[in-house]
Amino acid sequence: MGIETTIQKVETRLPLVSTDYRTISYVTGPLLFVNNVHGVAYNEMVSIKMPDGARRTGQVLEISGDIAVIQVFEGTQGVDVHATEIRFLEEVAKIDVSPDLLGRVLNGTGVPIDGGAPIIPEARLDITGAPINPYSREKPADFIETGISAIDGLNTLVRGQKLPIFSGSGLPANELAAQVIRQSKVKSGEEFAIVFGAMGITHREASYFMSQFEKTGALERVVFFQNLADDPTVERLLTPKCALTVAEYLAFEKDMQVLVVLSDMTNYCEALREVSTAREEVPGRRGFPGYMYTDLAMIYERAGRIKGKKGSVTQLPILSMPDDDITHPIPDLTGYITEGQIVLSRSLHRRGIFPPIDALPCLSRLMNLGIGDGKTREDHRAVANQLYAAYAQGRDLRKLVAIVGEEALSDTDRRYLRFADDFETRIVGQGEEGRSIEETLDISWDLMSGLPINELKRVRDFISKYHPNPEPEGEL
Amino acid sequence: MIVGTILKITGPVVVAQGMRGARMYDIVRVGREGLMGEVIRLEGDLATIQVYEDTSGLTVGDIAESTEGPLMIELGPGLLSSIYDGVQRPLPLIAEQSGDFIERGTVAAALDHERLWDFTPVIQVGQSAGPGDVVGTIPEGETIIHKVMVPPGVSGIVAMVAAEGSYTVDQIMAKLEDGSEIKMSQWWPVRQGRPYVRKLDPTHPFTTGMRILDTFFPVALGGNAIIPGGFGTGKTVTQQSLAKWAAVDIIVYVGCGERGNEMTEVLTEFPELEDPGTGAPLMERTVLVANTSNMPVAAREASIYVGATLSEFYRDMGYNVAMMADSTSRWGEALREVSGRLEEMPGEEGYPAYLATRLASFYERSGRVQTLGSDERVGSVTMVGAVSPAGGDMSEPMTQNSLRVTGAFWALDTSLAHRRHFPAISWTKSYTLYGSQIRSWYEENVAPDWQDLRDRAMFILQKETELQEIVQLVGPDALPESEKVILEVARMLREDFLQQFAFDDIDAYCPPMKAYVMLKVILAFYDSAVAALNRGVSLRQLLETPIRDRIAGMKTTPHDEAIENLPGYAEQLAEEIAGIEVY
Repeated sequence: MGIETTIQKVETRLPLVSTDYRTISYVTGPLLFVNNVHGVAYNEMVSIKMPDGARRTGQVLEISGDIAVIQVFEGTQGVDVHATEIRFLEEVAKIDVSPDLLGRVLNGTGVPIDGGAPIIPEARLDITGAPINPYSREKPADFIETGISAIDGLNTLVRGQKLPIFSGSGLPANELAAQVIRQSKVKSGEEFAIVFGAMGITHREASYFMSQFEKTGALERVVFFQNLADDPTVERLLTPKCALTVAEYLAFEKDMQVLVVLSDMTNYCEALREVSTAREEVPGRRGFPGYMYTDLAMIYERAGRIKGKKGSVTQLPILSMPDDDITHPIPDLTGYITEGQIVLSRSLHRRGIFPPIDALPCLSRLMNLGIGDGKTREDHRAVANQLYAAYAQGRDLRKLVAIVGEEALSDTDRRYLRFADDFETRIVGQGEEGRSIEETLDISWDLMSGLPINELKRVRDFISKYHPNPEPEGEL
Repeated sequence: MIVGTILKITGPVVVAQGMRGARMYDIVRVGREGLMGEVIRLEGDLATIQVYEDTSGLTVGDIAESTEGPLMIELGPGLLSSIYDGVQRPLPLIAEQSGDFIERGTVAAALDHERLWDFTPVIQVGQSAGPGDVVGTIPEGETIIHKVMVPPGVSGIVAMVAAEGSYTVDQIMAKLEDGSEIKMSQWWPVRQGRPYVRKLDPTHPFTTGMRILDTFFPVALGGNAIIPGGFGTGKTVTQQSLAKWAAVDIIVYVGCGERGNEMTEVLTEFPELEDPGTGAPLMERTVLVANTSNMPVAAREASIYVGATLSEFYRDMGYNVAMMADSTSRWGEALREVSGRLEEMPGEEGYPAYLATRLASFYERSGRVQTLGSDERVGSVTMVGAVSPAGGDMSEPMTQNSLRVTGAFWALDTSLAHRRHFPAISWTKSYTLYGSQIRSWYEENVAPDWQDLRDRAMFILQKETELQEIVQLVGPDALPESEKVILEVARMLREDFLQQFAFDDIDAYCPPMKAYVMLKVILAFYDSAVAALNRGVSLRQLLETPIRDRIAGMKTTPHDEAIENLPGYAEQLAEEIAGIEVY
């Protein structure tokens, strides 16, 4: 006898008598402690009736005996311990989804705020989502052309990937995201949608995105979740989950290619810390809770493709590295979950290079799945390797030059130096224009021709075909 | 039966009351969905349970029912080429039952209980049989012979043996006179190491096919190594290369809290790749345990033990097993998370104080052993654990505690990764403690001067590090030619020997013999170059010869061709250089 193979399905509990509790005993930060509760479920949603009759939403964070701990999304201002009523809604957090969400602006919990018609839901889905069975996943394979050389050429984005942009305060991550959204292409005939989850961004940033979407006509394919900097902090905890639930619905039920942009994940993590601190949990690094890795993974891992389904969810989360520190827990944990990262550099930005992508710490782990003959071009991998190696060498030489001066260098070394400069201005610093992958590769060959041919070890097999001047140079 | 009720729920940790009689680490079914959990603390009749599944929707007052046994896994034919979650539920079966997303409370048998296996008896009625004795054999895949063994703790005279034929895993293969039944499959608690007779010295190398590891930092069969590195340094690619090319019989690959897409890559690639030893599909020698980062955290903690138990089971059959754990840091974090929920006093960086103990007892499950059983089989479990140090800072507790209990340290270096030097294993920071123990194997099986070449190459690389510091200060032109040639040869070693392209058909795997001849050519170049410089030839003249290109092409030369031709080329090259005229 083996184990009996069954799935146990649970019937939804029928609402028998809904009780309103007026037994709040303790309020701290965004949390309420309610006494004498019965039959309350973990993660259950809660409706809070304020003394003035207004309604707020919350979620059960912990139950201990007859005490429930509730986090209130809109904050606890105005809550009292006598008149405020609590009602348990007997369901976990859910969102109404429908293809009509495209083109709409919603708040951080999925309620329309653009004054449009109410959404008639096709389905009501649990926002926590369930992990995709690794066995059912399809390997990410298709190349997404973003039109940005430093991404397409060196750190290719692939469908089903999660590739964050590590930014810093004052760096143009949002402009880069807008450019990606504007230029990204999918094969003709496929439906493309963008789900944008804005967490704690400023009005200025929000209106920048809106105007970009409107200007380019992209708005009709965007679902815009908007939690602004002055919106309740805790509401932010729901925003990425709502956004991804909609994205999964569009991708796996409606066969669309969905790009999810989440900005700014740092604000999300800080909301997580706020709640954790209010619960007096044992803090981990820099006060962030120990479960932050798991929590972030529950968001990022929702990117992917599924066997037998046409759609895909690709994620482009944006986060600000506090003090440009890549070892800060937020970028650090993110980097361990995501499949690479795009890192912005302050020094490039100061020199007026846009997009200021620092190629060396960037990485796209899935690049090899999306490039090569038939996908981009046969020489793509080799060119990327060669550019990296040469650029790294040029950067090393810069340090040397700072000490010994350029005169002390050999001719080859000087060419490497020049290469590094050209790389930054010509390949990375493309400005607002969009480039096809062929253009990117051609410019790369042009740059590489500035180096001695016998230095081009990694592209040796392609020199005769692509090098602008494939004959070895004579003695200099 | 022990049935209690839930009193408290906080994340994956649940407290139930009325659990008197429950034991530590017993498995408990929680709530109406029967979520699987494990007792991790007892206090009066209160039991604290870590639940392996998402606890949303659990209610105070829901039942918690103890199964009165620890977390056990089922061991028998059919494990190979399976993919399990952290508590040994087969993912394909879960997908069949609950669709593309993993639902909670799914129950699925680890082995196929319908499938028939061809059993050939080995033992005879009337013989005495003890733990580990082979009752019969079953071909599991093309190359692996699965041995049905007498489980530990069972012994006596054989009263019945099943005849040759096809049976399911539930059928009784043998009976002893005391009535004990020996089935094709057996159960074993994962947190307990399987017994063996004695540990043997690690004297055989664990050949990886990666030049830097096999040449400079080899590990012995039955040894253990850690690969720490910040994100993007290539831990997973290195682990996967090891899983593909390591010269062992069985691979147990535990994806612990890592990316879903990476597991998919393993799942799609392994069935297509061939085992370099036997030519059978790689998947046939592989068991995958996948607990991706978004799957429940407590199951992640268990997945490492599930992997170790699977490894030990095949070790007991006399196989060499390699277990890859990617990444042990996620396991440590799972410990930390649960410890935090228990409100335990935190140790360093919030990790529980028992982290070091747990790590030590885990890594000690590796080893080359004489297994139970009268035929004195020898099997081994080699463990390679990836470590993901926070912020790439190797002083953090996971790396440091792992270093104390493991025998080799393959440090991944972020700056190497940034310049796309892969595998980004640092030759200055890494070390191995197995060098002296397996040296004689290399000298007998590869070449007598193997150690000598290795030491000289290492010397050049070390010298380069020193010279680079000088170059940083005064520029390369200030160095004499004799030191410039060291820089050039070190560069060859780095680019043409240490760098290995995991995605190239030929270069992905390099047999130790080829690594040896490659090293021989590079060092022959060095010797001749030094001699030529002494004659007055300039370094520039040397570098203009086509020799450099030829050396660069060595790694993509097919193995047999390289092994045959390169020793001759080393001599030819010396003559060529000797023939360069001074001008």
